[in-house]
Amino acid sequence: MKVKHMKSNKNTQPHHKRNEGIPFDASLFEDINVNRSAVERRAATLSGRRSVKKQWQAAWLLKAVSCIDLTTLAGDDTESNVLRLCAKAKSPIRLDLLEAMGMKDAHIQTGAICVYHNFIKDAKKGLTGSSIPIAAVSTGFPAGNIPLKERLKQIELSVAAGATEIDIVVSRDLVLRSDWKTLYDEVSACRKACGDAHMKTILATGEIPTYTKVAKASWVSMMAGSDFIKTSTGKEPVNATIPVSLVMIRTIREYHELTGYKVGFKPAGGIGKAKQAINWLVLIKEELGDDWLTPDLFRFGASSLLGDIERQLEHYVTGRYSASFRHPMA
Amino acid sequence: MEIKEIYNSMTYGPAPESADEAIHFLESHKRKFKLFINGKWVAPSSGEYFDSIDPSNKKKLAKISEANETDVNRAVFAAKKALPEWVKIGSHQRARFLYALARQIQKHSRLFAVLESMDNGKPIRETRDIDIPIVARHFYHHAGWAQLRDSELNDYEELGVIGQIIPWNFPLMMLAWKIAPAIAMGNTVVLKPAESTSLTALLFAEICQQIGLPNGVVNIVTGHGKTGADIVNHNDISKIAFTGSTEVGKIIRRATAGSGKKLSLELGGKSPFIVFDDADLDSVVEGIVDAIWFNQGQVCCAGSRLLVQESVAEKLYKKIKARMETLRIGNPLDKSIDIGAIVDKAQLDTITKMVKLGVDEGNTINQPSWSCPKEGYYFPPTMFTEVSPSATIAQEEIFGPVLVAMTFRSHKEAVKLANNTRFGLACSIWTENINLALDIAPQIKAGVAWINCTNVFDAAAGFGGYRESGFGREGGKEGLMEYLKPKIEASFSDQPISLSKHKSNGTLKKSNTNLGIDRTTKMYIGGKQSRPDGGYSEVVSGVNGEYIGEVSKGNRKDIRNAVEAAHSCSKWTSMTGHARAQVLYYMAENLAIRRDEFASRIVQMTNQSKADGLKEVDLSIERIYTYAALADKYDGHVHHTIHRNVTLAMPEAFGVMGIVCPDDFPLLGFISTVIPAISMGNNVVVIPSEKSPFSATDFYQILETSDVPGSAINIVTGQKDELAQVLAKHDDVDAIWYFGSKESCKDMELLSADNMKRTWVNYGKYRNWLDKAQGEGGEFLKNASQIKNIWIPYGA
Repeated sequence: MKVKHMKSNKNTQPHHKRNEGIPFDASLFEDINVNRSAVERRAATLSGRRSVKKQWQAAWLLKAVSCIDLTTLAGDDTESNVLRLCAKAKSPIRLDLLEAMGMKDAHIQTGAICVYHNFIKDAKKGLTGSSIPIAAVSTGFPAGNIPLKERLKQIELSVAAGATEIDIVVSRDLVLRSDWKTLYDEVSACRKACGDAHMKTILATGEIPTYTKVAKASWVSMMAGSDFIKTSTGKEPVNATIPVSLVMIRTIREYHELTGYKVGFKPAGGIGKAKQAINWLVLIKEELGDDWLTPDLFRFGASSLLGDIERQLEHYVTGRYSASFRHPMA
Repeated sequence: MEIKEIYNSMTYGPAPESADEAIHFLESHKRKFKLFINGKWVAPSSGEYFDSIDPSNKKKLAKISEANETDVNRAVFAAKKALPEWVKIGSHQRARFLYALARQIQKHSRLFAVLESMDNGKPIRETRDIDIPIVARHFYHHAGWAQLRDSELNDYEELGVIGQIIPWNFPLMMLAWKIAPAIAMGNTVVLKPAESTSLTALLFAEICQQIGLPNGVVNIVTGHGKTGADIVNHNDISKIAFTGSTEVGKIIRRATAGSGKKLSLELGGKSPFIVFDDADLDSVVEGIVDAIWFNQGQVCCAGSRLLVQESVAEKLYKKIKARMETLRIGNPLDKSIDIGAIVDKAQLDTITKMVKLGVDEGNTINQPSWSCPKEGYYFPPTMFTEVSPSATIAQEEIFGPVLVAMTFRSHKEAVKLANNTRFGLACSIWTENINLALDIAPQIKAGVAWINCTNVFDAAAGFGGYRESGFGREGGKEGLMEYLKPKIEASFSDQPISLSKHKSNGTLKKSNTNLGIDRTTKMYIGGKQSRPDGGYSEVVSGVNGEYIGEVSKGNRKDIRNAVEAAHSCSKWTSMTGHARAQVLYYMAENLAIRRDEFASRIVQMTNQSKADGLKEVDLSIERIYTYAALADKYDGHVHHTIHRNVTLAMPEAFGVMGIVCPDDFPLLGFISTVIPAISMGNNVVVIPSEKSPFSATDFYQILETSDVPGSAINIVTGQKDELAQVLAKHDDVDAIWYFGSKESCKDMELLSADNMKRTWVNYGKYRNWLDKAQGEGGEFLKNASQIKNIWIPYGA
């Protein structure tokens, strides 16, 4: 089969210019009208339009692993499970499997570790000697309903503790009331508090009533300097879906065309299967292009996804269906 | 390729669907297929076979039989023989068979999908996710209709043996759309697949055998155009259902003219895809992909003319061009392919020629930077921009992956551009404003209007065209009607109804109607009484040859003027059903006031008794009441389609209709044909009874006093058949009704073929207009309107 694409950009992971944000300008998004049915139609047909098999599937799944923010955000987190998570992040795939795939020296590791503020120090300990970033959820995660001052304080503390990525939540109250300017000011303030740490802004799309509003909230978050926009905390009743992701990444594309800034995207919550991960990668490739297929610009917020990918990769290597106990747990 | 390399490049690899099972099927027939006649595989009597080619690699798939006239005769004979028993087993048993067909198609869905993809060149994604699921759904849905026929459609009966000729672009889907409703309604069929794509029809034949479908109910004869012609011309065929080119559709219309064969034609298109400035442009882009790059653009209802509001045109073009780059073309059996192969060389040549013409005519061409595979018949997605309506590529159907784009300034202009075509199959309207969408949809001359979506189909919704895109509907209740006829038709007479003659008495009539002042009977055009263009009058005589009066002798220019006048009257069409009803009631009221005068006129012209004359007037008044009553009640449906949307099936007026009245019943014949037509909102040009025209010409005084908008009804008197021919040949007349001689019925259908106007003629059968069952009702309204299906997806 001969298929040639003009933009077969090699994924050399160029350092893209960090999004510095732009001044608030409601005219850039106030006319947005997202057609839900059409978006859902595109989302529904996308996975049927593309299929990756054999070594392509293995390579794509390994790419997915490199984009996972390996996450634990539980009430009963302690040092010990955070340390296990770090170990898994550093060595997510069994060495024999990597070797069989010719990927032993490819430095496969997850995109980041994602924890609550209190476990940053443990993560730091667990990740000693690796380049894996530590992401902390912040700003009154998951609801965000605490004073802005407190939220900014949290960010500063987490950055000081060693987090290089901060996942913030937006005030749904402002989104629901379409108070975009205040939202812009809040996110801008968070971005300022982050300093050099990269900021992922969680929209909590499961609590936003329309796709049009999701698109507008995405615009405001990007204008205010978010490095990533992220679908969900994982705590809403509906988490990342393909249609809502499609809406968000189309705004990323427009924002890039307008400003030249590449903003990253992170779907989170409910992504537990290798097949889903492929679907998301297809979505990104088709709608944003190969440039975004890198942990710099794409992450999965997930905890159980890795386990399923490991089993699929073992199946690729051995031809036998695998069992979860054959892979080291996090 | 190494995993590491892929890891870095993140390219797609091959994802081939296995062809093994399909090849096994071909081999099971030794790659040489016979004809499926009377439940058995029969070698063609010609002994001739032709090749079916895989267009993606030009390899021969199998040999297909060439059926000749003898084979067609056999097939029709088998279908005819099977008919009585198929009718007799009844609704429920037929439902069971249709249900079994649906189940079998579902069970073997992948085999059908792969085979279709190989034979046609369309991507496996489409056959697997779209074509075959629609096929199964069609049989399920019609299993339901089969079950309900006796209870829900009891006033109708089957037609008999149906000849069906289908195209190559959706081979199995078109088979399903043809066969499911036909056999569900108790007909038997002879179907000819397109010569380039016979294989899935032959696999379907195997399924018919497997489920034990009675022999002869479904017959599949393969072959070229000649085989199709043999079916069309066969005397034992009651109806032809054809999907294909407008050119062949016209040939079929002419070939069957006057034969009484029922006809449904689903023909070509140049469907507009209208984008307003408030549309969700990213979704529009995907809509365009579905509109014109679905099935390589080989779709009769493809949104091939992009009309975009000037203010967003550049932005949209940019997005489309970027999207073209990411479309993937190649092996149809690859699961990551968007665009497969063009069906054959001839079609590829046509597309290539049209595109070259587009370039030569100075239009701007846009194609992706990548190139097509060399080994098969491929053509890249193409978009012409800055195209004017006068460009050939903006008018002619290309039937390939070629979009032509132009801009509009206002909503009004969008509608004008959209309707600037001889076709009228579908339209797609993109706006987030429901007020705008629902304003535009009814204004577009098309059988299907997709709001913020395109190329969506479902068994529960009707599909079919306006204008030269053909007539008849497939799917929905409206589609079933194509395979049924009213039982009442059996009671029509072979002879004109003879009126009861009163004792001849010329003096009585004179004394009643001669007022001692000379009267000039004019025609009625554009709301005014008008003299004939030619300046001639004709003497009208009574039944005993006595002089009654003179009537204007209309000519072709009078017809022309009347049609122009009829087109100028948008008021009547846009009135609500209630408002039209009020006018009709008023008409009846005014007629009642002049009851005696109109009765006397009837007596004068027909020599009936005064009592009979009064009876005819009274019945006419009653008939006007019937249609006044129906004017706001004959409405549409909201179809239960499988997508999340409201699908409105709305009856719409044709526009301008020609009505050629029956000769008998001077007043009642006029009323029975004119009033249903106008009650649906049509404007009409009427040719009244030639021998007794005065009831119609007297009637314009009623029109003038009943608030009927000028030009809604235009009356041209003169030589009936001569005038009727001018009407039938007029390209701006949308439909014609003719009641008269059998020979003239044939002329009407022949002459109407050129612009595909809808015809409703009596084939030399005569209704008794005095009998309500024969002379009025929904059948008249059905023939005075066409269904438009408007798809309105929703979601906050």
